[in-house]
Amino acid sequence: MNRYLWPLIAVGALLIFLVMGLRHGDPRALPSPFIGKPAPQFELPTLKNPEVTIGSKNLAGDYAIVNVWATWCVMCRAEHGFLLDLAASKSIPIYGINWRDTRLEAIRWLDELGDPYLASAYDADGRVGIDWGVYGAPETFLVDPEGTVIYKHLGPLDPVIWEREFVARMASGGASK
Amino acid sequence: MIPEIGQFALILALSLAIFQTIFPLVGAHRGDVAMMRVGRSAAAGQFVFVAIAFGCLTWSFLTSDFSVLYVANHSQLALPTLYKVSAVWGAHEGSLLLWIFVLAAWTVAVASFSSGLPDTFAARVIGVLGFLSVGFLLFALLTSNPFDRLVPAAADGADLNPLLQDPGLAIHPPLLYIGYVGFSVAFAFAIAAMISGDLDQRWAKWTRPWTTVAWMFLTLGIALGSWWAYYELGWGGWWFWDAVENASFMPWLIGTALIHSLAVTEKRGLFKSWTLLLSISAFSLSLLGTFLVRSGIIVSVHAFATDPTRGFFILTFLAVVVIGALALFAWRAPALDSDAGFAPLSRETFLLLNNVLLVVATTLVLMGTLAPLVIEMATGGKISIGPPWFNVAFLVPMIPLVILLGMGMHTAWRTQDSKAWVRVLKFPALIAVVLGVVIPLMAYGRVSILLVVGCGAAVWIVVSSLIQPLRSLRRQKGVARITRSALGMCVAHLGMGLFVIGVTVVSAFGVESDRALQPGESIEVAGFEFHMKSLGNAQGPNFSAIEAEIEIRDNGEYVATVRPQKRQYLVQKNWMTEAGIHAGMDKDLFVALGDQLGNGGWSVRVQYKPLIRFIWLGALIMALGGLIAISDRRYRVNSRSKSKAGTETSEAPA
Amino acid sequence: MKKLFIFFAAVLLTSPLYAIDQEKRFDDPEMQARYEQLISEVRCLQCQNQSIKDSNVSLAADLRREIARMIEEGQTDDEIAEFLVVRYGEFALYRPRTTGKTLVLWIAPFLLVLLGGFALVRILRHRMSLPIDGDSTEEGQAE
Repeated sequence: MNRYLWPLIAVGALLIFLVMGLRHGDPRALPSPFIGKPAPQFELPTLKNPEVTIGSKNLAGDYAIVNVWATWCVMCRAEHGFLLDLAASKSIPIYGINWRDTRLEAIRWLDELGDPYLASAYDADGRVGIDWGVYGAPETFLVDPEGTVIYKHLGPLDPVIWEREFVARMASGGASK
Repeated sequence: MIPEIGQFALILALSLAIFQTIFPLVGAHRGDVAMMRVGRSAAAGQFVFVAIAFGCLTWSFLTSDFSVLYVANHSQLALPTLYKVSAVWGAHEGSLLLWIFVLAAWTVAVASFSSGLPDTFAARVIGVLGFLSVGFLLFALLTSNPFDRLVPAAADGADLNPLLQDPGLAIHPPLLYIGYVGFSVAFAFAIAAMISGDLDQRWAKWTRPWTTVAWMFLTLGIALGSWWAYYELGWGGWWFWDAVENASFMPWLIGTALIHSLAVTEKRGLFKSWTLLLSISAFSLSLLGTFLVRSGIIVSVHAFATDPTRGFFILTFLAVVVIGALALFAWRAPALDSDAGFAPLSRETFLLLNNVLLVVATTLVLMGTLAPLVIEMATGGKISIGPPWFNVAFLVPMIPLVILLGMGMHTAWRTQDSKAWVRVLKFPALIAVVLGVVIPLMAYGRVSILLVVGCGAAVWIVVSSLIQPLRSLRRQKGVARITRSALGMCVAHLGMGLFVIGVTVVSAFGVESDRALQPGESIEVAGFEFHMKSLGNAQGPNFSAIEAEIEIRDNGEYVATVRPQKRQYLVQKNWMTEAGIHAGMDKDLFVALGDQLGNGGWSVRVQYKPLIRFIWLGALIMALGGLIAISDRRYRVNSRSKSKAGTETSEAPA
Repeated sequence: MKKLFIFFAAVLLTSPLYAIDQEKRFDDPEMQARYEQLISEVRCLQCQNQSIKDSNVSLAADLRREIARMIEEGQTDDEIAEFLVVRYGEFALYRPRTTGKTLVLWIAPFLLVLLGGFALVRILRHRMSLPIDGDSTEEGQAE
């Protein structure tokens, strides 16, 4: 074969690769390393009642949602309405992790806008957030009855995403990307 | 009204570009002189209309016409005028228009200065450039129209990204693009030569000045970007191996290889197919770079905010252009092998080494940039490849290159007598080894292997580069006066030496310190005392800031006062760090505000950067070398002697 | 063996004496140096391609604090890297760890130079065998 065809072949391969790369999706989206693994162990005082603690032990037994939120987070406010609806429907327990926030402000926020959470853990210094691999609020984790993380969603929730990503996974009953 | 004129002008430019493509190419094929001439007129016309479009967009910015979506997204009433102008190319659509404008300008330049080229060749070059213009104009009109309207018009705009509100930014993209896009000329020359099959050494001679000018501007553009990042981004670094930086650096590396390869081809008719391949690659890398930063495929601090649809368009265009070129290459290259030889110790060998090492370096940069994507698609895991890998990997081919640089300059073509060679190089080598140890030791009190190698190599290059110019100055008997071409080479290499010493010294001896500071307190860094005299508020045209006044003393003696700021821009609300820098050729003292601490103080990052200016000075001198080289008489083609196929031009000897 | 080599290369080619006195987390200069090296190699995930050393956002500050804590507790660099990778994935590290996948990356520079060397030798051998004056150019001074 004409050896001068090699550059052409090499470039062709590169181009195919780049096409695949384009279809691959958002390079900034970080899949959670916990998918398919047990939820990180934690125990924190609750937001409203510092005497009571809440932690991974509360998650076992049924599907549950862990939602990371904060008062300084604009998108959290955007998804709040949906979370309230979800809580009202009683279809799944919702736990919150109040991430790097001020206790008083957070309580006031919930009083003002409504509280969809069975309980919120108060993570003042962000240590638990790091343990969950959180890097931007809001983040929502889907945990199965055995305590395995099945899915993580970065960004505000809405009915469409809920159906497509969360309900679908609970129905098929297993971990997926 | 004006935006509509702008849009219409772009459409007209597109039609002219189509004529500019078809007529000359067909005309060259048929030998039809009238058709070929259409190329030049069409090119001129295209340039005029692109200029009109560019003018209309600039006008929209200057008059703050927020009924134009692009203006509304990237400007603001309170934006200073200078930045209203630079905002024109501050984001995707506008910078694309700048691309098109620069391409049209280069085309006109080629059309104007090509009287010494055969008609068919010139026609083909203009035709190829026309094809490129068509692609980019289509891209703009179909997917990235800067003149899209916003209805209803906004009352005030979303402001230009504060990071971009800076004089350095105003010039950085234009300089960069003149270089980036300029490689299209070498590309077009290569294509034209391959189409005609006429690949004698004249093609190499014609290509050289155009390539050198493009390379010069790219050097300046990259250096300016690095300098800007240093003082604007607030962390004191000057190169991060970010994907967008790499996208501009790869064409530069290949462009440098191309310049050197062209020298061999012009001189001895060797490496023709290789030089062709490099000409194709340099511009292909420019296109690839454009793709990488605008398609959303790569994570980067300064990728344009854009989407995969545009990515597909560029990729398709890239595919057509590059595959077409490489197909031509596969067709023509086999006939190009020549029978000339050279000895192992010869200039040809050194230039070959230069090319091999530069290509290795480019491949590594490409690998590092794309590898995260490859690995993610292959295994699903995301990894990061950053400075820790790049810095090590890049040094592997670069250290040998830097050492060989000093030798190659003094090696004759064809074969070099080794005794004479050693005689010339003995002295510089000795100085280099000695100073390589002495400089770090005396100036900064420390040595390490890398330091000695870095300083030694830098001295080696500098001394080696000075030999020929000094000889010429002293005009030893029998030694001809140095040509500008050779002088340019020496100066450019000298610039490289300065660059190397800047990088070595600042990497090894730079000091960085993050400390908490309150008004009235002092800290000591690298032997200097930094005293925070006050902390207060400041106001700018479109931002409010917290400003610290920091006095610097050296053993009690006053050195300077710097005023680092933490700015909040009124519209976008991001916080920007504006560093306070006391600059000097021997060192920079760099102070930036970090975070506000609870007790009324701030965390402050203080940096001592010895010889950091040598980095950009070195680049500047490299570009100067290029300028000197192209001012050589051999490149002033005599317009009276238009060369027809086969006839030799009347030209000054090399 | 690979680890040794990379360690060697890293020691030679990085400059451990750069950047002293970062935030004075540690009095012990060795721990301080480790701290600075580590934070310069961890990605700030809230940002677009910056290390947590250079970034001012809250997550960066949190991670710096955690890393300092782990150094104080006596954990090794590998353990700290593992901590981050478990939570954020390999993406969090700017220096790709030497696993099977990334081994290629670390050998690549040397491999490529070697390859280039082979190509060079082949070309030289070929050209050496050809007549040195077999071409048609102007003679001139060096350039």
